[in-house]
Amino acid sequence: MRKPSSPLYELTLVRVKEFLREPEAVFWTFLFPILLAICLGLAFRDKPADRTPVGVLEGPGSAELAARLSKSPGLTVRTYTEAAGGNALRSGKISLLLLPGPVFKLDPTRPDARLARLEVEDALRGANDRPATKIEEMKEPGARYIDFLIPGILGMNVLMAMWGLGFPIVNARLRNLLKRLSATPMKRWHYLLAQILARLFYLPIEVFAILGFARIAFDITVRGSVLALWALLLTGVFAFSGVGLLIAARTRTIEGLSGLMNLVMLPMWLLSGVFFSYERFPDAALPFIRALPLTALNDGLRAVINGGATLGEVTVSLAILAAWGLVTFVASVKLFVWK
Amino acid sequence: MTKSFADVKAVAGLDLSVARGECFGLLGPNGAGKTTTIEILEGLTDRDGGEVSVLGLTWEKDADAIRERIGISLQDTQLNDKLSVFETLRLFRSFYRSGREPEALIEQLSLGEKRNARVGKLSGGQRQRLAVACALVGEPEILFLDEPTTGLDPQSRLQLWDLVVAFRSAGGTVLLTTHYMDEAERLCDRVAIVDHGKVIAIGTPRELISSLQGGSVVEFATDPPLPKETLAALPGVSEYRPHGPNWFLLVRALHETVPPLLLAVEAAGAKLVTLSTHQATLEDVFVSLTGRDLRDA
Repeated sequence: MRKPSSPLYELTLVRVKEFLREPEAVFWTFLFPILLAICLGLAFRDKPADRTPVGVLEGPGSAELAARLSKSPGLTVRTYTEAAGGNALRSGKISLLLLPGPVFKLDPTRPDARLARLEVEDALRGANDRPATKIEEMKEPGARYIDFLIPGILGMNVLMAMWGLGFPIVNARLRNLLKRLSATPMKRWHYLLAQILARLFYLPIEVFAILGFARIAFDITVRGSVLALWALLLTGVFAFSGVGLLIAARTRTIEGLSGLMNLVMLPMWLLSGVFFSYERFPDAALPFIRALPLTALNDGLRAVINGGATLGEVTVSLAILAAWGLVTFVASVKLFVWK
Repeated sequence: MTKSFADVKAVAGLDLSVARGECFGLLGPNGAGKTTTIEILEGLTDRDGGEVSVLGLTWEKDADAIRERIGISLQDTQLNDKLSVFETLRLFRSFYRSGREPEALIEQLSLGEKRNARVGKLSGGQRQRLAVACALVGEPEILFLDEPTTGLDPQSRLQLWDLVVAFRSAGGTVLLTTHYMDEAERLCDRVAIVDHGKVIAIGTPRELISSLQGGSVVEFATDPPLPKETLAALPGVSEYRPHGPNWFLLVRALHETVPPLLLAVEAAGAKLVTLSTHQATLEDVFVSLTGRDLRDA
């Protein structure tokens, strides 16, 4: 008789097959991040800097004034009657309305209004009044929004490992499959570890998909150590798998699981610097935010992809992720309910 | 052995022993405590009190050793729909140190044509055979089957019975639960009738039936109903009790009791609504012991 294969191998293989036979899961893991990057890439593609729309109130000399403002490269100008100008300002169609005087009518809480004011002031000033500064334009990769975004998307995809783990486990519990497995001599931690190993199995595919797309579409390359990149991704999967296991450890319904997952995921989406820098949050919150696994992962990925960091320079991120993974995995093994 | 869930006593002092090589049945209505009992024996549910020994081992000390040597089929397990029959069996095989070759087992359980079919596409009978195959793949000494044929069509039931018989004739021990008396009579060497978490009768099916003091059952109804004094006066009646709208009579011999019964009906001026007779079964043992049916108890 052939020697039976190892249970850990079988459990992992079975989970990988199960995943590949689930078209929705394949979509969310591989295609969704690319579609997201395409959408964002379209929104933030290279184009001339935005012009700020401003209005000039109709009256004596307004045509001249409008012509003068139009020369400024940062402004688009229209003239309005009093009523129409007020409406345009309220609805955000223009950022500033210029009244005779000159008086600036604007909403001071809107950042675009402040920008409009500076641009208009600058345009009204004569060329000789301007301070003698020069502008050096920055165009190289690494500083654009999309450069910031791609590592964030990669991090977010690794975060999704939580779903990939939690859902099949709760499903298996609902079907009494966990109970059935627990009645065999199967080592229980084998089952849990296999869920993580299976997740690692398809990590390279999604990483190549996202980074390959980023390279072709946006000329983004990994500037730092590739070793550091994979170390971060692997520990990241470990950390989020652990969190996912813990969430699924005692959950008995899909609804309960969704609630818990969202409770854990949404704050990280917002706080951990996926779409914008977390430095904007109050200083007091920063230590807490930096301790989150997604923050550690995103920081590490940005340091490597954009900042050219080496393995030694991302050890803090790695340590935070490893700690999350270890603590949650051990807690899951202890707390896991098989029935 | 005892077990309570909240304030419900599921198993209220249940005591039994099953010998090696025996096929033993727990027979009782739904909610009698059969599943709780078998899951305590399988190590899936903790008991509140009492002692359990499986193959001379205890769950407290030798859980892993016991798991290597038993095979179970739960009442309601849905195996992974996305895997094939072969993949499922190979997975279960990998958990055991020694066991059967999945291919051979697939053939033996007539699942050969379905070897590569997804579990989600199998019929109820095929799924149940696969569940039993997962129980057999570790070459167990004891097979635990919880309601193995509930919801199956007659042909699938027969196929499953054949599996149990084959396992038992190869020297295996079987413990099964069922609420089908014909299943218990057909498969089991001994049966324990369980009700409200207690064994109310135990023995071979034949012993249990002959304990009824009468080999036949007469069930009838009349309009208007006969008074019980009339029944008590009939010859050969060892037991009578109301059973739904009918009277249930346990009689020594049909020829001794039925003609006088018909005369009594006529004498009372009543009309016979139904009359049926059959050889006593385990079902009648249960009715006689509890006054209720297995199915609706």
